[in-house]
Amino acid sequence: MTGAKPFDWRHTPGLSAYTALIFVFFYAPLLILVIYAFNSSRLVTVWAGFSFKWFVAVANNNSIRDAAFNSVIIAIVATIASTAIATAGALALERGRLRFGRSAATALIAMPLVVPEIVVAITTLIFFSGLGMHHGLINLMIAHTVFCIPFALLPIQARLRDMGGTLEEAGRDLYADEWRLFRRVTLPLLLPAISAGAIMAFVVSLDDFLISMMVSSAGSTTLPVYIYGMMRLGVTPEVNAISTILLAVSIVFVAAALLVGRRNRFA
Amino acid sequence: MGPNRTYLLIAPAMLVIGIFMVLPLFLAVAYSFMTANPYGGVTAPATFDAYLQFLYQRDFDDGLVFSPSYALIILRSIYLAIATTAICLVLGLPVAWYIVCQTPERRRILLFAVTLPFWINTLIRTYCWILILRDEGLANGALRHAGIISDPLPLLYNDGSILLGLVYTFLPFMVLPIYSTLERIDPRLIEAAHDLYASRAAVFRRIVWPLARPGALAGATLVFAPALGSFLAPDLLGGGKKLLIGSLIQMQFTSSRNWPFGAALSTVVTVVVLTVFVIRSRKAQEERR
Amino acid sequence: MIDIQSVSKSFVTRDADPVHALNEVSLEIYDNEFFTLLGPSGCGKTTLLRLIAGFEAPSSGVIRIAGSNVAALPPQKRPVNTVFQSYALFPHMSVAENIAFGLEMQNAPKSLIDERVREALEMVRLEGFATRRPAQLSGGQQQRVAVARALAPKPSVLLLDEPLSALDLKLRKGMQSELKRLQRETGITFVLVTHDQEEALAMSDRIAVMRSGDVLQVGTPRDIYDNPQDRFVADFIGESNLLPGAALGRDPAKTIVVRPEHIVVSPASDGARGHARGAVSAITFLGSDTLYEVVLEEGARLHSRSRGGAALATGDMVVVDWARDVERELAN
Repeated sequence: MTGAKPFDWRHTPGLSAYTALIFVFFYAPLLILVIYAFNSSRLVTVWAGFSFKWFVAVANNNSIRDAAFNSVIIAIVATIASTAIATAGALALERGRLRFGRSAATALIAMPLVVPEIVVAITTLIFFSGLGMHHGLINLMIAHTVFCIPFALLPIQARLRDMGGTLEEAGRDLYADEWRLFRRVTLPLLLPAISAGAIMAFVVSLDDFLISMMVSSAGSTTLPVYIYGMMRLGVTPEVNAISTILLAVSIVFVAAALLVGRRNRFA
Repeated sequence: MGPNRTYLLIAPAMLVIGIFMVLPLFLAVAYSFMTANPYGGVTAPATFDAYLQFLYQRDFDDGLVFSPSYALIILRSIYLAIATTAICLVLGLPVAWYIVCQTPERRRILLFAVTLPFWINTLIRTYCWILILRDEGLANGALRHAGIISDPLPLLYNDGSILLGLVYTFLPFMVLPIYSTLERIDPRLIEAAHDLYASRAAVFRRIVWPLARPGALAGATLVFAPALGSFLAPDLLGGGKKLLIGSLIQMQFTSSRNWPFGAALSTVVTVVVLTVFVIRSRKAQEERR
Repeated sequence: MIDIQSVSKSFVTRDADPVHALNEVSLEIYDNEFFTLLGPSGCGKTTLLRLIAGFEAPSSGVIRIAGSNVAALPPQKRPVNTVFQSYALFPHMSVAENIAFGLEMQNAPKSLIDERVREALEMVRLEGFATRRPAQLSGGQQQRVAVARALAPKPSVLLLDEPLSALDLKLRKGMQSELKRLQRETGITFVLVTHDQEEALAMSDRIAVMRSGDVLQVGTPRDIYDNPQDRFVADFIGESNLLPGAALGRDPAKTIVVRPEHIVVSPASDGARGHARGAVSAITFLGSDTLYEVVLEEGARLHSRSRGGAALATGDMVVVDWARDVERELAN
């Protein structure tokens, strides 16, 4: 017997250390931000003890509160609209008979994922100004709905594909008409995916910066746009605190989407 | 589901995206052929001026003078986007392979960890690097504390910091598609190759990499396209001094008030990106045959 | 009764020519019978089942159920229920809810539904499983729920799409007799699709053997086994020797079909005459039986299967013989 480890192709020497390093690269900067957010010193980099005071300052800042309110309102509207549109679209793509135009429809729905954000931002700006539409919040709701559609659609479409058509065939075979088939079979089976899609859409809308910056007007500043303005003025503990809050919200929602999306095995 | 109902269900998605996304793209093309209005927006007459601006500037006599500064910004943007793609590929491929080799339970956790940054605000993720790289930041502080340097190193506001920000932002886009192609490899292929005397390196070169290529190609497009038009990394980490297309476009609609030029730039970016995607989907189709 | 007249089905594919899954198939399935569509994969049997259920529409031809043309009827309007290959139990409903589903969709009164659910559970011997979710059941139990769900609305025809293929051998044998019993008890016409010829022979009243979109032969199991009218049927059902006429010194335009168990092999030295002479080329011990492979003098190869073992060795010269009435002559 030698001390050598038996050969295992799944275990490449050094690879786990390398991967660990990459994950440090992913998460260490975020961790640093969070730590700084709890630093009581105004000089961000000098640690002067643990404190919640910057979070309190952020909570008492009326401009931040207004921006956050705008962000949430826009995200709620965009989530509802895009999820409804995406659910219908996913059903059509996966269950419908699209004799022609399937690839065109797929390409069109993928557009918001393909076109660079800056292009979407300025073309949307051009479009609304060309139409003479200057309703800050409503413009933002529309713009957000558009780019949230593919994010809401993906999990719903994936679920429909995984399900296959057999369960719905069984429902039809057992005398269900189209409406009752949808209500009793398709919708309940799809609900976890719809919720996951909705949460994703919400997070994407809440996080959007570039499009919101170009489309928003004085009264309709969203939270990321406001934070960007603060960042331009310099590194401050308030920026760290509000960034940490936004970070936590994103992580909580994505984790929720994952848990909800996975709850479809009915064990 | 009959065709009528199908089209009824798909119609909202197509209309909303068609009207509020595709139509504006065409409108921008139209704007790029107009004359700038100094108060924002455009006016008549139609001209090619916006495109001429890529290479020429108007002097005081309205004559055209060769001036490549914008063309250089475009080239630099393309160069940085390609560099970002290459670095992401080199960094991401081993990570994808590592995840594929894990047990299903661990795979799920690692995948979640790779996906999560994608859902976190890019603004915040980019800002974190300011905290680290600025003169009073963590890196310089640590180096000074260790006595290695006395004056802070200029870590921020250069091509390197922009590149770092881009790689940091887009690395997950490379890992995920490579992972999903590698995941479909039958492990017996690897075992068969080892059985036929292949070393680890040979297995990687002859089996893993050829099979991972479609995923790498997908990842490359997913990294290149947004990197080319990126705004935040060059703006926050480049300090706005080193312009890239993204910030140049944004400027035309804010401080510079030259909408036609901004529209022309964004048209060029869109054409480049769509071409890359079309080539990629052609290639993917060929490989599937 | 299901009356299928000149039904064809072709599928349009993206690049190549359309695929013809069924070519002008005509069949009659009688009331109260256990009818089986048997054939290898890709023969069109599942397509035919899906046409009867209404999941697909025929490209041409007519299907009548109980005398009326069902062309215009969607699946939810046909008096036909299906047991799916993968069972297709609704994962978000309990066993009882699954079974009640069809009756609910027919707007049956609550009391009737409850009664039928109880009956159906009893029928498949799953009393006490009513509140379980499908994921909490074994494969065999899920299969029974699928059968109960399809039977609960009392359809006039029950379609079974390879219902036993996901079960292991032992369970499969048990379910075969169970299904046969259910068919007899309910008096409902069962149409079974399978690629397993033993299953077809064991369960069916009549069998239709299919290959590449055509029905080759329809008959009782015995009829099909004893009187195959086609080389493919002879070969697919049980084992057969397909001997060229020339090898037996007969009409070269004919093929002689003989089952291995009907062939007697004896040493040439015994002096028997038989149908042909040859040499033993391989002997395979099969437990209760022994299989001899014989190469005839004219070059053809045949198998003989006999109980016990004659005292033969590889290379021995032998005479092969069989009773004239067990052989079938087919045109080449």
